This record gives sequence, C-alpha cells and structure tokens, in this order.
Amino acid sequence: MNPFRRSPFVIAAAIFVYTFLYAPIIILILYSFNASRTNVTFEGFIPAFSDRIEMDGSLVKASPCGPFHWYCDLANNDDVAEAAGNTLTIAFTATIIATIIGTMAALALQRYNFKMKPFSQLSLYIPIVIPEIVMGIGILTLFSQFFGWANEAFSLQGDARLSLGIVTVTVSHIAFMVPFVTLVVQARLQGFDKSFEEAAMDLGANEWTTFRRVTFPMILPGVLSGALLAFTLSLDDFVITFFTNGPGSTTLPIYVYGLLRRIITPQVNALSTVWILVVFTAVLLLQILQSRDSKQHS
Amino acid sequence: MISEFAVEMRDVVKRFITPEGNEMAAVDHVTMKIKNGEFFSMLGSSGCGKTTSLRMIAGFEWPTEGEVFIEGKPMGHTPPFQRKVNTVFQSYALFQHMTIYQNVAFGLEMEGAKEEEIKKRVGRALDMVQLTGMDRRKPKQLSGGQQQRVALARALVKTPDVLLLDEPLGALDLKLRKEMQLELKALQQQLGITFIYVTHDQEEALTMSDRIAVMSKGKVQQMGSPVEVYERPANKFVADFIGESNFLEGKIRTISKDEATVFIPGLNAELTGMPVSDGLVKGEEVYVSIRPEKVRITEKNAINQNIFHAKVTNTVYIGADTHIYVEAHGVKLKVLEQNRISRLDPKSFYSVGQEVWLMLMPENTLLLKKD
Ligand SMILES: Nc1ncnc2c1ncn2[C@@H]1O[C@H](COP(=O)(O)OP(=O)(O)OP(=O)(O)O)[C@@H](O)[C@H]1O
Ligand SMILES: [Mg+2]
Repeated sequence: MNPFRRSPFVIAAAIFVYTFLYAPIIILILYSFNASRTNVTFEGFIPAFSDRIEMDGSLVKASPCGPFHWYCDLANNDDVAEAAGNTLTIAFTATIIATIIGTMAALALQRYNFKMKPFSQLSLYIPIVIPEIVMGIGILTLFSQFFGWANEAFSLQGDARLSLGIVTVTVSHIAFMVPFVTLVVQARLQGFDKSFEEAAMDLGANEWTTFRRVTFPMILPGVLSGALLAFTLSLDDFVITFFTNGPGSTTLPIYVYGLLRRIITPQVNALSTVWILVVFTAVLLLQILQSRDSKQHS
Repeated sequence: MISEFAVEMRDVVKRFITPEGNEMAAVDHVTMKIKNGEFFSMLGSSGCGKTTSLRMIAGFEWPTEGEVFIEGKPMGHTPPFQRKVNTVFQSYALFQHMTIYQNVAFGLEMEGAKEEEIKKRVGRALDMVQLTGMDRRKPKQLSGGQQQRVALARALVKTPDVLLLDEPLGALDLKLRKEMQLELKALQQQLGITFIYVTHDQEEALTMSDRIAVMSKGKVQQMGSPVEVYERPANKFVADFIGESNFLEGKIRTISKDEATVFIPGLNAELTGMPVSDGLVKGEEVYVSIRPEKVRITEKNAINQNIFHAKVTNTVYIGADTHIYVEAHGVKLKVLEQNRISRLDPKSFYSVGQEVWLMLMPENTLLLKKD
C-alpha cells in the first residue's frame, strides 16, 4: 500500500487540485439551473412546470421545461444551432484531413531518410510551442495578404471575392492539428517492426494491400488517438478561430464570447454544460482507446 | 525449362552506407548454387552477412553487384510479392490483429484462391504443424514454439519452391529447439521443398543440413556437406568455427605427393606422415590442426612416432565427456575423453599434474595454410 496515503500534505494537495479544477465546473453546471435571469447569484432552481414562462422580475417562476428552462431556451436559439453546426463541420472536416496528412507525415518520417528530416521533425514542434495568438495573427496576415492580392489580380467582385469564413477556419485548424496527429502516430510507430510489412509482401501482397491489410490496422489505435486529440482541440479552439473566422462561420467558443460581452444569462451555462459533456465523452473515448492500446502492447 | 538450381547467387555484392558514412560490404562476392530439394544452411557468426544474403533472395534488398537467380531466372529488381519463395522470419512477424486462421490464409487470399480452397489448405497446413483447433486464437495467445509453427504454416501453405528461414528457432529454449530441428528436417524431406536456413549455431547446421556454407565477413569460407566441413575444414577459420580444434604452429620440413613432415618448434619435435593438401610447399609455415576428441591420450608410451610427453593442467567434467587440458613444452592442447565408465569421482581418471602421453595420429590431423 502507498505509505503516503494519509500524509496531510497529500490530502491537502488533493483538496487543492480538486477544488480549483472541478469547483468552477460544478458551479458552472449548477448555475445553468438558476432561476435568476441575471445569473449573478444562485437563486434556487426553477420551481414549477407550466404551459408558458412566468416571470417575477428577473426570476423565472415557472417554465414548460421546469428546471431545465435554460436548456430549452438554448434549443430554441437558432444562433447556437448554427454555431454548433459550424463547430462540428469544421472539427470533422479538419480532423479527417489533418489525420490523413499527419499519418502520412509520421510514416514518411519513420521509414525514409532525407536531407531535411531533422528539420521536418523539429518543425513539428514549432506550431505547438509558439503562442497561439502569434500563430493566429500570422495566419490572419497571410490570408488577408493573399486574399487582397487575389481579389485584386483577378478583379473578383461581390460574392466571388475571397474573404474569411468557414474555409479559412478549417484550413487554420488543419494547420495546427497536423503536428499533434503526427506526434501521436509517431509514438505509436516507435516500436513498429518493418518485418510485418515484409512478411505481407513475402506472402504476395503488393504495397497498397500491405498498407491496407497490415500497416494500417496495426497503427489504427494510434491514428484514432491522434484524430480524437485533434478533434477536441478543434472543438475548443478560440484564439485561432477568432482571427480567421468571418460572417457565417461563428463557432461555439466565438459565440459564447460574444454573449459574454452582452448579458450573461444562464443560457451560457446551459450551453457550456452541454459542451462539457460532449468534450468529456470524446476525451473518455480517447482514454479508453489508449489504455486498450497500451494493454495490447505490453 | 526448370533449372537444376532452385536458387543461385552469382558473384553477389551488397554494400551498405554505415551511419558513420563509410561504405561496407555486408556480402562480398558470394556465389552459391542451391540445388532443388536441398536443405542448405548459411552458417556464420553475427554480422557475417547471412540475413542480408537471405533478404536478397527474398527480394527485400537488391544486390549492389551480381545477380540472384530463382529457378534459373534472373531476379533483378523483382519485388518480394512476385517471387516464388517464402520466408519464416526470426521474429515470426505474425500479424497481431489477425487470428491464426487469418494469418495462414493471408497468403492464399493474395493468390485469389477461393474461400473453400483456402479453408481446406489452411486446415491442412495447421494439421501439418500440429496446431489443429488453434485457428481462432490470436498470436499473443500462443506459446513461442506454437507461434513459430504458425509462421512455418503461413509460409508453407503457399507451397513455395523455396523456403527461407532466418534463425527460426533462435527464440526457443534448447529442448524445444532440438525437437523442432528434427521436425523441420522431417518436414523438408516429406515435402521435398528447398530450404535455405540461416543459423549461427554450428550444431544446428550440422544436424539438419545437406550442405552448409560457412560464412565470415561477407565471404563464403567453405561450402560442403556437414562431414566435409567438419572433417576437412578448408582453412583455420572453418576449423575453429565448426567445432573446436587445437592448432600447432609448424613448418614443413619435407613434402611429397602423399605426405609431409612438419617440425613443431613448440614441441621441439617432428610430426611425420601428415596428410598434404594442394598448394603446400617445403619450408612453408602451417598450422597442424587436430580436434580434441581425436587426440589420443594414454598413460604409457606405446609407439614412438608423433607422440609427446605432456602434463595435465586442468580437467573439467561435463557429464558425457571430460575435457582434459594438457601442456607439452609450453604448448597447450585440449583433449576430450568420453566418460565410458561410471565413476563417482570425476577426476579419478586423469588428475591435475599427472604425466601423460599424447598421440597425434596422422589421419586425424590436417595441415592448414597460415594466411
Ligand atoms: N540496412 C543496413 N544498413 C547498414 N548496414 C547494414 C544494414 N543491414 C545490415 N547491415 C550490416 O551488414 C552486416 C551484415 O548484417 P547481417 O544482418 O546480414 O548479419 P547476420 O549474419 O545476419 O548477423 P546475425 O547473426 O547477427 O543476424 C552487419 O555488419 C550489419 O551491420
Ligand atoms: Mg541475421
């Protein structure tokens, strides 16, 4: 048994970590059930169900959804639906493309020797270590320069003019996801023995069949881990999206930020709660995959 | 027309660039002709180029110079999946995400065989390696020896003309290895397939092979039957690598067509009636090579030719035999005596410090060039 289990220091540290990590989340969830519209203090749960919303000043007295009033409110909010749609579209598209590119990069770095290899490896860390805001500004500058030049050069007018939007957000997300996917897949490839591929070829499989039937299934857990990591990063991303989005490409983080600048109703908390559940499920899935993967390896 | 040779390596060189940037020849002008149905072994110490040679036959590497022929056809840059040879890998390389059945069926699927035929042939292959009923398991759920058999079945199910085996028994314990050696040999004889077998274990090579290529530093030192390489090693390396040998430095005093007289400075004596081999000349410095088990050791001097007085310096009892280390005028020799009589005191026969006589019978010795 762990001899430090009852040490006061360990207990204090645990309380400290759990308080600052999870108390905000619990309070956030609690406030999503707040009867108070202004949401400054917790005024108790919404007490009753009724056909229509009954208000008493800023307090909700009754609602068709009862305590889940703000969740219903959220469901009826078209802007949220659009933002959620954008977020998922961007996350899925970017994840698929970044996973393909990242996996190919990891495979190339593992099996070929080329002059720029050390540089390629190092360049993977650059997007991870430089501050996100710097990268955001960089990407924005690149797009506006390029769009300005292209609009000018091809004298594009009206709708044809290139501008920031869902495509630029997706491209930027792909850019910052690729290194993460590559590094995760690389870790998986570390112990990959090329004799598996040689065995497949020896038994009559050509290069493509070998990849499809042997290499890919063997690295699949790593690829999935990389993809899930990339996906959650995209769902969460605020800074880069902030710089690269345009009209009609608002994502959930951007939308919430916009709400916060006006009035904060418990709707924001309801939205955050739903979102936490989605991301938490994704991360849980990732964990399960990884632990199964490491069990297979040992 | 089918060639007499299953595989032929003609003057093959394989050079690698080392990480330090130098060029080194892993395989250096190797020529081997491997007959149909033969059990052929490549034997040599670590790094001598065995695996590289095998990989060039399989098609995983291409020769820098020279050519590999399979069934008489030059292989050039033919990829592995178009060569009618199959490999059993040292690490087995079983596909972990597939069942045993799927592993063995893989090669047949690649040929486009029909479901039913695959089923029949996989079943037969698994029967052959005594793994009946294991087809639903994953490789991780089998023991090392069983995995080894799966690797074998996976290669053999394709009925290749030639089976390449790279130290397939390396990971097994001694007892299982001995069993598998005999099984493999029996299987090879039953199927009539050419086996090219890589090993660094000389006993294994001697046990199983029809012919052995003894390799060192990328070169073939000698090619021949087990008896030939053991009893008539071509040079000091082979004599030393296959089994053990005592080497006495000497100089040829007289030489005729049939025999030579060699003076051994260390013993300050002459050995007469030595068998001669090609290219030896009078006055040449040579090694007189004699195997430990072929030195006759006695307590009394019976004859007066090729016999020397010596002193026992150490004895080691190892069950079936006793190793007796002796010294004659400063020349050290090892002698091996079978323990034919059951005795409790292992040192009762020859003891340290005992005076003995050593006989080097001419028919048991070899003269090897000093190079
Ligand atoms: N891909 C490679 N790049 C550079 N050098 C290599 C490569 N493959 C083999 N070598 C070198 O070639 C030499 C022969 O290697 P090889 O694997 O054929 O030896 P081996 O006889 O099979 O040895 P072992 O018994 O240890 O398996 C070694 O010195 C090795 O370092
Ligand atoms: Mg080897």
